[in-house]
Amino acid sequence: MKARAMRPKRRRLALLAAALALLGGAAALALTALDDTMRFFHSPSEIAAGAVAAGREFRLGGLVEEGSLKRSGTSISFRVVDGAHGVTVHYTGLLPDLFREGQGIVAMGALDGGRAFRATQILAKHDENYMPPEAAEALRRAGKADGS
Amino acid sequence: MTAELGNFALALALGLALLQAVLPLYGAARGRPALMELARHTALGQFLLAAIAFGALTRAYVYSDFSVSAVAQNSHSLKPLLYRLTGVWGNHEGSLLLWILILTLFGAMVAVFGSGLRKTLQARVLAVQAMIGSGFLAFTLLTSNPFARVWPPPLDGAGLNPLLQDPGLAFHPPLLYFGYVGLSVAFSFAVAALLEGRVDRAWARWVRPWTLAAWAGLTAGIALGSWWAYYELGWGGFWFWDPVENASFMPWLAATALLHSAIAAERRQALRSWTVLLAIVAFSLSLLGTFLVRSGVLTSVHAFATDPERGVFILLLLGIATGGALALYAWRAPALGTGVPFRPVSREGALLLNNLVLVTACATVLLGTLYPLFLDAFDAGKVSVGPPYFTATFVPLIAPALVAMAIGPMLAWKRGDLAGALGRLWLAALGAALAAGATLAYGETLAALGLGAAAWIGLGALVEWSERLRLGRAPAGEAWRRARSMPRAAWGGGLAHLGVAIVVAGITASQCFQSELILAMKPGDRAQIAGYAIRFDGVSEVQGPNYRAERAMLSVLRDGAPAAVLTPERRFYPVERQHTTEAAIRTTLFADLYAVIGEEDAQAGRTVRLYHNPLVPWIWIGAIVMAFGALISLSDRRLRLAAPARRRRQPAAA
Repeated sequence: MKARAMRPKRRRLALLAAALALLGGAAALALTALDDTMRFFHSPSEIAAGAVAAGREFRLGGLVEEGSLKRSGTSISFRVVDGAHGVTVHYTGLLPDLFREGQGIVAMGALDGGRAFRATQILAKHDENYMPPEAAEALRRAGKADGS
Repeated sequence: MTAELGNFALALALGLALLQAVLPLYGAARGRPALMELARHTALGQFLLAAIAFGALTRAYVYSDFSVSAVAQNSHSLKPLLYRLTGVWGNHEGSLLLWILILTLFGAMVAVFGSGLRKTLQARVLAVQAMIGSGFLAFTLLTSNPFARVWPPPLDGAGLNPLLQDPGLAFHPPLLYFGYVGLSVAFSFAVAALLEGRVDRAWARWVRPWTLAAWAGLTAGIALGSWWAYYELGWGGFWFWDPVENASFMPWLAATALLHSAIAAERRQALRSWTVLLAIVAFSLSLLGTFLVRSGVLTSVHAFATDPERGVFILLLLGIATGGALALYAWRAPALGTGVPFRPVSREGALLLNNLVLVTACATVLLGTLYPLFLDAFDAGKVSVGPPYFTATFVPLIAPALVAMAIGPMLAWKRGDLAGALGRLWLAALGAALAAGATLAYGETLAALGLGAAAWIGLGALVEWSERLRLGRAPAGEAWRRARSMPRAAWGGGLAHLGVAIVVAGITASQCFQSELILAMKPGDRAQIAGYAIRFDGVSEVQGPNYRAERAMLSVLRDGAPAAVLTPERRFYPVERQHTTEAAIRTTLFADLYAVIGEEDAQAGRTVRLYHNPLVPWIWIGAIVMAFGALISLSDRRLRLAAPARRRRQPAAA
């Protein structure tokens, strides 16, 4: 009688243990994945200061410098500036519809050996007056560096 | 005048909502039928007033009344009528009003169809629903009034973001909101049950149809949104794990779990308090999504105008609703009693596994979505978490659920026979092995696993039907008779699983076998992609109703002769001063040929991007099948909203 009364309880404990194992596994999986895939944001000034290693993927934000856009076939290059420093960006492919000189953009990619940025993806916000937070942040950081 | 009328209607609706949030609760506690009855009338009144307000705003858009600030900022007299209409909800203020309209519609539906409910339960459900309504009405009136006037009125409006001037996106928000807001009913039922201290079979039977309806809306809304992203953004992809996409995906995952746990709660009285918790979580995730989209904390194509005040208000709403409901749950859930025991290998066990996997997957999506926001909030650096994280966590987590998905429906309640179920699924196993083997010939292990899983789930659903009908084991007449008497829920559930199989096949094939080509082309140039030869025939200027376009002609050649023409466009909208990209897509239903054009370079020519996307249409076909399955389940006699009344009438008729 007693053994039978125990059984549902033990079963529930087993279920709980299975659920915890699943959650634990998922947490481990998620945290390692987060560590491996998370991308940091850097501004042109930080790159100029040598804070970013070549070959590591990150997000770059800032303004596209006026008059810096060059095309040859599908390859594009332009400079991204934050008011204090700039970095040359190379990209192959279609630019977003709202890409324009003087506009804020965010680019994903890595620095090559020559300290130029090889972009794999370029984002520009689909709104005339909008500044991507990363681009605004780059300007803010550069402004701070000047003031101090 | 109409704007003031709309404003007045909204204010009145807030008054009614506040009454409805308090008096019926008091009535239910003290046993005053009149006060409980009041909720039904105020719920109908709220809906009527919200409809008047919505109508007033729509009128302002249709007649381009630019003295209304929201119209001036988001519309233009040259815009086609369809987009003047859909522009009503194409912005923050108007979409909130749509949200309120749907919220009050659901409240009115509970009032009308819920006459078979226990009086106290109905009164409490409506009161909780009114609390949510008051929150959103106050939010609208205080921070985002769609009827605010502007003086002097501008001569013309600022126009609507051209990306939103699209039929696919026009109906994406209403469907999505139907889903988000539908979950509020499940939430209200959960909180009302906690107040009552009772979760019985009738309760679960009432929760399921609302969740089904909300889930169907969410599924269709998300699918429509991803379809729009696919053809309008011109990136060749359909899902980017963008935080705003995740904001709609998380409630979907929770609603899917809720849908399944409610079956166990209704049929077996199992997982009851878990179901209550899920209902709270699912709607909380809807609110979280609202916060993410409307507070301006995200960088996304979808994000609305930034306004910190609004963000704080929604965060407050989220905190009160979720915090309050969870506190109530912690306090009252023990009173709901423990469930009926079952073995791990049983239908209940399978449903529990489904829930565990979905909730865990949902948690990892939540982590990936919120982590960058947390780091930023504590000034610990700006990071981004992108698709690599989500594929690395979501895919392995959901994989076991895909395997179990075919087995679960074959198990008996309470005590299942795993070996027997697997034995009856031999046909599905064979099909999965064949599909996987055939795919392996192309050297893609991941694709083989995905397509194998799709065959397993799809055939599993068919096997489950044929088992129920005793196809091949009983005479055809018997099978026909069984088919006619098979509950709609069984048809619907199988169909939804079949839809998942189709979606899985579409995602797998399009991810693993996509071909992409970027090149600069001059008239007469040719390109080869996935066995197609494509010739660039040049670009012409085209004038649209409110845009100018450069339209390229790309001939798809078969044996040297043109078999089809692709005409991708780059449009310029002068009012909004924006460019958009219109992809040209030629589909065979088994694969899409997809072309986009960029800018012209004097020497190299026009930038052209070509994709070949195998099975991509299956993603949306599968989603439609899933939503359709939910609607069929919804029409099940057992779940029909007026079922109790009907059953009472039946004996008299017989």
